Amino acid sequence: MEQSDAGAVAQVRAGNSDAYRVLVERHSHSVFRLAFRMTGNEHDAEDLVQETFLRAYRQIGRFDGRASFGTWLYRIAANCSLDFIRSRQRRREQQTPVDEQGQELETAVAAGDPTPDRLAFSGELKQLLAPALESLSPMERTAFVLRHYEGVCIEEIGKALGVHSGAAKHSVFRAVQKLRKALEPAVSAAKS
Amino acid sequence: MKHLNEDELVLRYYGEGDDAAVKQHLEACEACRANLESLARVLDAMDGLEAPVPLENYGSRVWQRIAPQLAQTRDRWWMGWLVPRRLVAAAAMAALLIGAFLAGRVSQRRQMAGLSAPVRERIMMVAVGEHLDRSQMILVELVNNESKGPVDISEEQRRAEDLIGENRLYRQAALKSGDRAVSSVLDELERVLLEVAHSPSKLDSAEFEQVRQRIESQGILFKIRVVSSNLRERKVPPQGKASTAL
Repeated sequence: MEQSDAGAVAQVRAGNSDAYRVLVERHSHSVFRLAFRMTGNEHDAEDLVQETFLRAYRQIGRFDGRASFGTWLYRIAANCSLDFIRSRQRRREQQTPVDEQGQELETAVAAGDPTPDRLAFSGELKQLLAPALESLSPMERTAFVLRHYEGVCIEEIGKALGVHSGAAKHSVFRAVQKLRKALEPAVSAAKS
Repeated sequence: MKHLNEDELVLRYYGEGDDAAVKQHLEACEACRANLESLARVLDAMDGLEAPVPLENYGSRVWQRIAPQLAQTRDRWWMGWLVPRRLVAAAAMAALLIGAFLAGRVSQRRQMAGLSAPVRERIMMVAVGEHLDRSQMILVELVNNESKGPVDISEEQRRAEDLIGENRLYRQAALKSGDRAVSSVLDELERVLLEVAHSPSKLDSAEFEQVRQRIESQGILFKIRVVSSNLRERKVPPQGKASTAL
């Protein structure tokens, strides 16, 4: 019979680290999906999956069972992702002055100036989407990915990231505003 | 008529903030309906960002990669102490440690020979607790140091060196009594103290950040707090009588 998450967690907490394998194998795909959307590339996403499971293992003594293990793990994954994109942004800021970054984004968006007959729309949108997501602050990106792709409600996003729901809501609004500005011309042109 | 702002449209799109007034306004206002449709087109188009599907045995591959790291942390794992059954065991082991320490200290045994076992135990708990407090203080000062430029840690190094010998004594006593959990925390603390003591006295900001991150990544401060808390609980005399005597 398949072992439940709760049963595996109890065994891990009792010192049987091999029981953790069940949890890793069961939840790896969903953590990977979230990590990929947060980072935008497979390599970073795979690193984040490992970091998430290692962090969860170290913190499993604090898991109180009020939420499901999957939800708890998801929160850890979201916070790992947030830490990761914050540090990635810091590294980039050290390497590239801010105004140059802004210019890079503008160039990327302008270069993809939409003409439906020039490129396949979906491919073009993907080209625009990556830099548009990169232009969001770490909190905006995390909140947006959780809301838009993972279907997490704003109140839950606030809880997961340890901020007030007002702050989570504001991050989602700002993200949508920026993404709309960057993508709307391409989407409208494709429609016409 | 006041139109809906973008925030209200975003909430509407995601089905949050089920506001009857917003719904009613949308039914009546063509401009806002068009604005919502335009927003929805952009957000719907973003659904195309599909995450690649990992290989079928992806979970097993993740496990293969992290399992060796779990094994490394298992031996010095503090989290099991948070399980109530183990808290009791940890308290019992602390008593064994103290007993073993007392048995190993001949000179102190002579001095303490006239004391009862509970009093001796309490004295030792105070000593171990103070040792941990002093160690914690050094580590906290290092972790909280926010200097931007080069950092001089010679003072912390001097104090760390003083504590290393004492720490070794406690660790050996714990090992002798077979208390792996306590000895492993002291073992980790010893390694951190050695690292601090043997670092260059003047560190540039990158080197200092490395030291700081190593202290933080090992979670040693938390483990010290857990042990100190256990010791303090055992030091507290039974309540009630003391109050009535006053």
